Amino acid sequence: MGRTIAEKILSDHCGKDVRAGDIAICDVDFCFGQDGTSSIIIDSFKKLGLKQVFDKSKFTMVIDHSAPSPNIGVSEIHKKMRGFAKTFDLNMYDIGCGVCHQIIPQYGHVTCGDLVLGADSHTCTYGAINVFSTGVGSTDIAITLAGGKNWFRVPETIRVIVKGKLPAGVYSKDIILHIAKDLGANGATYKSVEFYGETISSLSVDARLTISNMAVEIGAKAGIMEADDKVLKWVAARSKRPAKPVRADIDARYVVVKEYDVSKLSPQVAKPHAVDNVSNVGELLDAKIDQAFLGTCTNGRYEDLEIAARILKRNKVHPGVKFIVAPASREIFLEASKKGLIDIFVESGAMVVSPGCGPCVGTHNGVLADGEVAISTANRNFKGRMGNPNSFIYLASPATVAASAIRGKISDPREYRKRLV
Amino acid sequence: MKKKLKIKKQKIAGEIPPPVLEQHPARRLKVQDNINTDYVISGRYKFRIQDPKELSKHIFEDIDPEFALRVKKGDILVAGENFGCGSSREQAPQSLKTAGFYAVAAKSFARIFYRNAFNIGLLLVECNTGFIDDGDALELDIDKGKLKDVSKGLSFDTKPIPNVMRKLLEDGGVIEHFKKHGGFKFE
Repeated sequence: MGRTIAEKILSDHCGKDVRAGDIAICDVDFCFGQDGTSSIIIDSFKKLGLKQVFDKSKFTMVIDHSAPSPNIGVSEIHKKMRGFAKTFDLNMYDIGCGVCHQIIPQYGHVTCGDLVLGADSHTCTYGAINVFSTGVGSTDIAITLAGGKNWFRVPETIRVIVKGKLPAGVYSKDIILHIAKDLGANGATYKSVEFYGETISSLSVDARLTISNMAVEIGAKAGIMEADDKVLKWVAARSKRPAKPVRADIDARYVVVKEYDVSKLSPQVAKPHAVDNVSNVGELLDAKIDQAFLGTCTNGRYEDLEIAARILKRNKVHPGVKFIVAPASREIFLEASKKGLIDIFVESGAMVVSPGCGPCVGTHNGVLADGEVAISTANRNFKGRMGNPNSFIYLASPATVAASAIRGKISDPREYRKRLV
Repeated sequence: MKKKLKIKKQKIAGEIPPPVLEQHPARRLKVQDNINTDYVISGRYKFRIQDPKELSKHIFEDIDPEFALRVKKGDILVAGENFGCGSSREQAPQSLKTAGFYAVAAKSFARIFYRNAFNIGLLLVECNTGFIDDGDALELDIDKGKLKDVSKGLSFDTKPIPNVMRKLLEDGGVIEHFKKHGGFKFE
């Protein structure tokens, strides 16, 4: 019987042939924490009595969730992280660098065939570049720092095939929201999902990262894609380490095979307060919004900013809407600035905030008031996620968010289709 | 600290009495399924409050502001499918443990939460929780794999706890396990 990508990567990292259901102790290629999880990593590291990190080149910390700090508590966490990095001479990305899931692949810390752990649930993002990466808690990262290893249960795998040419105005975000609706928030719990199909191949690496990013929203441990030429080129331009692309065997065992035809897919919107509570945009038109947010590890990349800017160019943000834009990294911010996108945002009435998670986690940069409604390119719309349990969050693609920001209500980006092709 | 998992046995000369299990009141939220870690402890507190005791006062605040006040030491939290989905925050299981929960019983758990809970020494059991109401008296026997609702006279089979998790729990969490064995020791 052949092996899945998860079985192959985990086998390669534990030195024996392991299959779904087995427990393996594996070497980890890279691990990290962010400002919401690093404080406990540091505490656990101290409790373990460790004198050093197993390999400095395989660890980093990123300050992205509340950056710059909105209050004393957060400032103390940031100070603690900086102190830890200094004491142990560790690499760290401070305020303004951007979101961990953009920075880590962008700076070449991970490459095809790697096994990666992050103290952040959206660590599954790098599956798009053929990495088995998964989120864990802080203490699991501290344990990994001790000896470079951690234990894994080898997951079963779901094979997802996406077919059909995406219509204008419909994007990878719509694909993954559609899949979340079909499989549900619990649909892939404990499992690895492998994404295949002509539609996936047609997508840019940026767009693929959006899909893998949200694999955890259906409970998945990983959301992996094969490394094609686009991925190999992307990785080679960023990582010094050699790529070790991993493909599944033809006779690999899948617990479920799902096929989606997206050739007639409409823009998708997840309604409050669950990511799998998804409708076609047409069913929600005219729902009034108070805030729009473009950014995050899901959709804060250059391509996302560019799509939104095309729609916003020579348009004004609706007077009743606060439109916040957070580029996912400093480099993306700079590129957007050079290409004139930042001017378009600011002229339209949007606010561009520092690279990072922006208002996604509800600590700063646009906390909602009671009864307010936001449409966001983020990956979660749980009650209270943006800081107020009495507010409402819709999730959509950058195009849908930009169109909605102009009209002050949930809108179909295909009305701007001439700008999108 | 070691978690007590063994059944308390009373010895009476000449006969073997049935084991006496502690009874734990069930605590149940109105929301059943997909309770995420943002609901367990909101992001806005996670960043602001570092003290686990203080943080545990805010559990489930966004979905039931009175809930934390009703929790007593030794309670078992009862939920439906996919408990603990979403963010990887370890403050979620830690706040439940600090709040006094003896265990969490759910139909299923999200994987990061499941791992985090055993890492910090919080017991989780998977079983059919559909018939359990808030306030029911529960008896949990993880050796036999049974959760009994004493108030209703019902008994449910719990899914076996993987050996890895059991080992971590017996040692009091992954840090204690690591210190005791100098690494992972699951055999």
